[in-house]
Amino acid sequence: MKLSKLLTTAAFALGLATGAMAQDKLKVGFVYVGPVGDGGWTYEHDKGRQAVEAEFGDKVETVFVESVPEGPDAERVMTQMALDGAKLIFTTSFGFMDPTINVAAKFPDVKFEHATGYKRADNVSTYSARFYEGRAIQGHIAGKMTESNIVGYIGSYPIPEVIRGINSAFIHARKVNPDVQFKIVWAYTWFDPAKEADAAKVLIEQGADVILQHTDSTAPLAAAAEAGNIIGFGQASDMSEYADGPRVSSIIDNWAPYYIARVKAVMDGTWTSTDTWDGIGPGMVGIGEITDKVPADVKAEALALKDAIAKGDYHPFTGPLNKQDGSVWLADGEVADDGTLLGMDFYVEGIEGTIPN
Amino acid sequence: MDLSSINPILLLASLMVAATPLLLAAVGELVVEKAGVLNLGVEGMMITGAICGFAIAVNTGNPLLGVLAAAAGGAVLSLLFALLTQVALANQVASGLGLTLFGLGLSSLIGQGYQGIRPPSFPRLNIPGLSDMPVLGRILFSHDLMVYLGLIIVTAVWFMLKYTRAGLILRAVGENHEAAHALGYKVVRIRIMAILFGGACAGMGGAYISLIRVPQWTEGMTAGIGWIALALVVFASWKPWRVLLGAYLFGGVTVIQLNLQAAGVAIPVEYLAMSPYLITILVLVIMSADKSSAPASLGRVFHASR
Repeated sequence: MKLSKLLTTAAFALGLATGAMAQDKLKVGFVYVGPVGDGGWTYEHDKGRQAVEAEFGDKVETVFVESVPEGPDAERVMTQMALDGAKLIFTTSFGFMDPTINVAAKFPDVKFEHATGYKRADNVSTYSARFYEGRAIQGHIAGKMTESNIVGYIGSYPIPEVIRGINSAFIHARKVNPDVQFKIVWAYTWFDPAKEADAAKVLIEQGADVILQHTDSTAPLAAAAEAGNIIGFGQASDMSEYADGPRVSSIIDNWAPYYIARVKAVMDGTWTSTDTWDGIGPGMVGIGEITDKVPADVKAEALALKDAIAKGDYHPFTGPLNKQDGSVWLADGEVADDGTLLGMDFYVEGIEGTIPN
Repeated sequence: MDLSSINPILLLASLMVAATPLLLAAVGELVVEKAGVLNLGVEGMMITGAICGFAIAVNTGNPLLGVLAAAAGGAVLSLLFALLTQVALANQVASGLGLTLFGLGLSSLIGQGYQGIRPPSFPRLNIPGLSDMPVLGRILFSHDLMVYLGLIIVTAVWFMLKYTRAGLILRAVGENHEAAHALGYKVVRIRIMAILFGGACAGMGGAYISLIRVPQWTEGMTAGIGWIALALVVFASWKPWRVLLGAYLFGGVTVIQLNLQAAGVAIPVEYLAMSPYLITILVLVIMSADKSSAPASLGRVFHASR
């Protein structure tokens, strides 16, 4: 165990001992789907938790439970947190949606925040990031850089968030490269390094030279590094340890400002149930440094695209766009509304294969 | 659908890679069970081996030392099981389950600080002439050394069990420990050695995942392969060649189903995802229709005073 961790534990124990006196201390709970050391999704949520601690010091106490399976066990974990005195609980995976709603009904005094879901209640807010904005930039780079014209995409579960990412990346890859094809593999897990690595290898063997992933670990990048001459992107976190290898850029989730704002709201008594969906503009989605492997002109285009999205001049889902079956989805210049995006269950025209249900 | 995008040569090659951790763990457990001991701690020994091997490989820069450390780590953990079940005569099922839980916890403790690090890459076999052969070279002669080590261990175990005196004694201990004891064989000592061998094999299987197949360390990365290895030994009727067949089948179908998905085959993904389990069980159950059965003393406690 690292010294810093030991000290934190000691400080925590001390905090518990004196906690009886300091009743104004706000207890904040975090429920994670993977281990905090996954290097991706959960890692970034935990960085947000640490930012909350740094911001409020001894006015807050944070607790977290990692590697919580999406299912009934999640309800047990949340219930335990609420019983232990947590007044604000962040549940950070799509599959925690129904458990969060169920537990929230039992604890009306506890505030809940569910990431990436769409069900709200008086004491349940939802928040998510417009990852698809980052996917547009990835798609642009992928379409420009692929030589085999095959882009491999590792999906986790066929839910709207993931499908949105696939569509956004595909639209922007096709825009710059009409011959590009996407090969999509569903891993049916958020976190299983061996399976994610196998999926990446299979895609590479079938000719993909760009790997996009929507799973949480760095395993696909490790597999890409092993294969050589493959590019990939950091997912959820910068994954910059692979920057001298396959990683050419990344989508970084920056939850810290949101977490700090929400904790502040509970402290001030101004918390209300809200629905937050922020993108590159407000800074919830960050684009990791684009490495020198990307040609300078492509990098400039990618950054211009990023700026246009950030300023609101350009929406990644702007017509004319057709659905996979050829029917018209968006007319020329029309922009997708958030409702359609949140429930997206179709591929856009040009993607092969069907979405499992 | 575009089946032509599946390259059969690469498919066969990656099949061997996907099967190796399972093969190593299963053949180790086979020896343990042949000696009459049921060790359900395979998953725990694998994940412990995975982090021990990873840590040593990173710190020394030598992946082969890492594999040795993984074998040692798995063996040391299995020694705990041996002490509990062979010396303290504890229940084997409970001790084995405890070993898995302990191994998972221990590994994430050791693994603090090893996330996001890349291990030194593993040497591949490269025999001039053989490795360059058009088709067979890629399938058979250009893997990492561990793939061959797995095959060598299976062959050695098969040979030992079938043709050597040591194998005969091991089987005697597993079939009827009281008779073996009456003949003057050291039942407990033989079983402890078998348990250590099983632990070492499981540890190497785990290290194969963390050093070669992924390669990186993340908590819980063996993700249930140890349990599959346990089931495989039973379905393979405690026969080394069937373990090999089962492991390759399982690894093969796993890789094939991902390939079929990537090629856009119109089979629902859910069925593809369950196919490795179904097909492996089906084939091995059909094969085990002959009269082979479990070692008679499997899971029974032996005490010399009786």
